[in-house]
Amino acid sequence: MADYRQMWTSLGMDLENHDKLCEVLPEVYTNVYLSQDNRPEGMDYFNFVVAEIHGVRPAELIEHQKKGGKVFGTFCIFVPDEIIFAAGGIATGLCGGSQFWVPGGEKVLPANTCPLIKASVGARLDKTCPFFRIADIYVGETTCDGKKKAWEILAEDVPVYVMDLPQMKRAKDIAAWEDEIKLFLAKVEETTGNKVTPEALGEKIKLINAKRKALARLHGARKNATLPISGKDVLLATQVSFYDDPTRFIEQTNSLCDEIEGRVAKGEGVFPADTPRIMITGSPMAIPNWKLHHIVETSGAAVVVEEMCTGSRYYENLVDETQTTLDGQIRALAERYMKINCACFSPNTNRITDIIRLAKEYKVDGVLDTNLKFCSLYATESYNVEKALKEAGIPVMHLETDYSEQDAEQLRTRIEAFLEMLR
Amino acid sequence: MIAVGIDAGSTATKAVLIDGDKIKALIRPTGWSPRQAGRDIYAELLNREGYSAKQIDKIVATGYGRIALDLAQQKVTEITCHAKGAAFLLPGADMVIDVGGQDSKVIKIDPKGKVLDFAMNDKCAAGTGRFLQVTAAALGLDVSELPEFSQVEKPVNINNICTVFAESEIIGLLAQGIKKEAIVAGLHLAVAKRVAAMVKRMSSGKQIVFTGGVALNHSVQKYLEQELGTKLYVPKYCQLAGALGAALLGLEV
Repeated sequence: MADYRQMWTSLGMDLENHDKLCEVLPEVYTNVYLSQDNRPEGMDYFNFVVAEIHGVRPAELIEHQKKGGKVFGTFCIFVPDEIIFAAGGIATGLCGGSQFWVPGGEKVLPANTCPLIKASVGARLDKTCPFFRIADIYVGETTCDGKKKAWEILAEDVPVYVMDLPQMKRAKDIAAWEDEIKLFLAKVEETTGNKVTPEALGEKIKLINAKRKALARLHGARKNATLPISGKDVLLATQVSFYDDPTRFIEQTNSLCDEIEGRVAKGEGVFPADTPRIMITGSPMAIPNWKLHHIVETSGAAVVVEEMCTGSRYYENLVDETQTTLDGQIRALAERYMKINCACFSPNTNRITDIIRLAKEYKVDGVLDTNLKFCSLYATESYNVEKALKEAGIPVMHLETDYSEQDAEQLRTRIEAFLEMLR
Repeated sequence: MIAVGIDAGSTATKAVLIDGDKIKALIRPTGWSPRQAGRDIYAELLNREGYSAKQIDKIVATGYGRIALDLAQQKVTEITCHAKGAAFLLPGADMVIDVGGQDSKVIKIDPKGKVLDFAMNDKCAAGTGRFLQVTAAALGLDVSELPEFSQVEKPVNINNICTVFAESEIIGLLAQGIKKEAIVAGLHLAVAKRVAAMVKRMSSGKQIVFTGGVALNHSVQKYLEQELGTKLYVPKYCQLAGALGAALLGLEV
């Protein structure tokens, strides 16, 4: 990594601790990513992004701030980035995916909180992640109890704005979300000092739709019998999409897609032809959480689809681009975002419909239904998920894990046994 | 064709050699090195039964130490091997309950011993042989003495299935003057309930084979039968199901 120490110092970071994180990441990345055979050349861009993960993009965000721009840190795919970009702000995902940050979170949160929340809070309070330092304001939401209370703790340290997500999907709930987006728009205007015009919002709706299309194209390449890219690589690109510059991400991802579609045409895959095809569904995998994908793909199978926030929930469904008034656009945004099938909704049967549809589209041999430890929403929903999958004749196994490596061998045994069962 | 299956478990390493209709077996403690335990048991079994390494066509390793067993040509998980072994021990079996030193598992199988579905305990030692070993130690007993201590008394209710907490709970019960026998019976019942809950999540089988080191404990078997409301078949060599399955899989290829 280039020298960003001065930047990190001016961000008030704990450099000594941060050095420890910078020391381990390259080794992990080499083991998990660079060791893969025959990777697409287009992944070089993502290798670069990870190599400079706390440097290049943070420097761009600071540059933006120097010009008077604002940075919004978000934690959830329900937060409409379109509004932030339309007001001249930048949205950046902040979910923490490393065990490194967990002890920092445990200083203020109960130990039985999900690792994603603990890592995110720890990254902020321990001052070991530039993104968490740079953001002018955090945008939270009410998707689970752990997060709701974590915002209150974070708010002591950083401005936090919380969007109230309804927990059902009746017409009145969609209308309520529409109102929340309006309130959010006002907050974004106040924070940036810029008005959101229908022209600017229309343009950013198209931009974020283009990002969704690029992701859908990338993920969709794995519908082919020939798998031109590993699940790990697709997961990485998806994780990067949360905080990368959208325009650049779209370009890079589309050029990666050109390459891998060419591979499909030539029948060039990264896995042997009879490799079992696995879907992973459940709670999200924030960067650098590559644990389950790595175990699956080093146990003789391939991950071909992710029904998760770092997967299909993020890119499926587009916002209607034909609206020309702010009211119409906000309505269109509300309708699109309320199609996300998060386990915080009751009932959430559409998620099960999605899982079964994706299992067919991607011709999966088995499903790993997973949740982060203490994520009670996905853990509880797994009962209905497994029941429906079994009824549909699709093999399924439930796994619960966190960011630590202590259960890696037990998980490997279960996953290998599941794969042996599929043969 | 001659095949050997080696099951390197957390507590015991088991080896089974199949040569036509002859089946030879050995059980040894694993110790700290599953690799060494695997090599030693293999050499001892061959030596005792009068085989040379050249005569062995296939070695299949299973158990948590399988990765370390470099002498094996093939590595298969203990779930697949137990299923195969159990179907051989009880033709027509549709379910295997295996309670070993470190984990417990419930496996649904087809008549050929193929896995249809399975469940395993969480990563801790709750409801396993280790749970009994640690709690027996708290009572000043060896795990092999547990069944005889469990014969008469009504079981006391043990609330904690977590090994560490159960140990403290036992100390508390002893302090209250509760008899050892009632505590031991309580521990057996706690294991049985834990395993039964796993079975019920999958819907119970009709012909169930109970394997693993804990199947040697008749008292756990009795309580488990009571919890499930059905008889369990405990093969004489209940600890060998995994190694046997591994050897059988070795013969298939």
